[in-house]
Amino acid sequence: MTTPGAALPAPAPAVNPETTQFWAATAAGRLLVKRCQDCEHLIWYPRVICPECSSLRTEWLQVSGRGSIYSYTVNHRGEGAYQGSPPFVLAYVELDEGPRVMTNIVETDDADLAVGLPVEVVFHDTGAGPALPRFRPRRS
Amino acid sequence: MTIRGKAHIAGAYEHPDRKIPDSSIAQVHAEVALGALADAGLSLRDVDAYFCAGDAPGFGPVSMADYLGLARLRYTDSTETGGSSYVAHVGHAAAAIATGKCRVALITLAGLPRSQPVPRPSASALAPEAGFEQPFGPTTVSMYALAARRHMHEYGTTSAQLAAIKVAASQHAQHNPRAMLRKPVTVDEVLDSPMISDPLHRLDCCVISDGGGALVVVAPEVAADLPRQTVKVLGHGESPKLTAGGRIDLTYTGAVWSGPRAFTEAGVTPADVDYASIYDSFTITVLQAIEDLGFCEKGKGGAFVADGALLAPHGRLPFNTDGGGLCNNHPVNRGGMTKVIEAVRQLRGEASAPVQVPDCEIALVNGNGGSLGTRSAAATLILGREDA
Repeated sequence: MTTPGAALPAPAPAVNPETTQFWAATAAGRLLVKRCQDCEHLIWYPRVICPECSSLRTEWLQVSGRGSIYSYTVNHRGEGAYQGSPPFVLAYVELDEGPRVMTNIVETDDADLAVGLPVEVVFHDTGAGPALPRFRPRRS
Repeated sequence: MTIRGKAHIAGAYEHPDRKIPDSSIAQVHAEVALGALADAGLSLRDVDAYFCAGDAPGFGPVSMADYLGLARLRYTDSTETGGSSYVAHVGHAAAAIATGKCRVALITLAGLPRSQPVPRPSASALAPEAGFEQPFGPTTVSMYALAARRHMHEYGTTSAQLAAIKVAASQHAQHNPRAMLRKPVTVDEVLDSPMISDPLHRLDCCVISDGGGALVVVAPEVAADLPRQTVKVLGHGESPKLTAGGRIDLTYTGAVWSGPRAFTEAGVTPADVDYASIYDSFTITVLQAIEDLGFCEKGKGGAFVADGALLAPHGRLPFNTDGGGLCNNHPVNRGGMTKVIEAVRQLRGEASAPVQVPDCEIALVNGNGGSLGTRSAAATLILGREDA
């Protein structure tokens, strides 16, 4: 399920043959990570090689899309696609499965933000195929 | 084999200007090169090794070598680790000299981000992480803000403690007539300055300046024949800090590895350090480095800096006595070069009188390049007075 990017810009990501499947899944509302078939490390950002054990036997794994805020900031000075944007939240979310991913927190008041806040993924359509995995405070 | 005592910094020069409207970048590289060589009592004809980083215009070290007429080069190094590059270059030059690859190494930095602002090169779309970071709008300040927030969460560090770092830098900058921000500020003034990316305020951030600097590193036998007091390279360490396959930890830097390597090679400990130049892209950069280098326990950096430890000349760890990147200058957004230069001044007894550390014998220089919010590279040097 994807929703329009609403207030935040949703610039298209750089996609390459190593990451095509990841971004295709976002368009279908699914969040993938890479899993190492040898050491079972869940790898972020996705890549062919396992940075833990050097194995090339890695596979895609769909994760729950649930996690909690590891760190966040309200940035008042956007650049690039975000230049002139109202203040927006840049964050790392620690997925329940382990990896910490860079993202934005959306659908929130700044006053609610806290390290540890439970969040869930939403997908914002970039208009170019891929959708950006962003996170909002968990509702269930 | 170590580099301890096998190379000396014989020349150091900081461009005097903070805004240079009518020069090319190559020209400023040349000005600082000549300045450092003159300081050493050498000339371009003596240089047989050249070191530069990504700020050097053109093709690696080759374009600038050609521009400068460095016809006798037998060693080049264009290690690019952002602001820590020049700290690493000193270590690399010392290693090359110690193994007989060269005798006179020139290192230059120059750039004009104030006078000739160009759009920040967008992180290359070919970087393997690009698709998973750039679309979310990370900026330099906001990524360091993520590090500051997490450090606050884990250790109770406060914005007022971070502000104490800026306050100390500003106390030093008032004695530097060339500093961009010479007026001492208070903790409250830092906290009242506009929020850029919380918890970092405008005054938690370094300045943006044109400028540059250069260093000349030479073999001991070359140093012995020079009129000028030189500075001994005692130890060097470096280390990237990576994102660990998705387990990034925002509370420490690569200095946890580069620091011990440099101390071990030099045969000294943090307690032996009389003066420290610590790259200060932001206040949080200094706080984490102080902890990582072992000047205080991990997580206690806030209390350490709030206690006046950084104030020269009599604090426990006098730092950045030129005012640093927070107040003095920050040529090309790369602070490592000016950090080495001020350490050389301290060891020669040539810092501004009110902030000169008495009997300064051992200095530490720490650089960090890249971003504390993602991947970065630390480099640490231990330098000693000529008789150290």
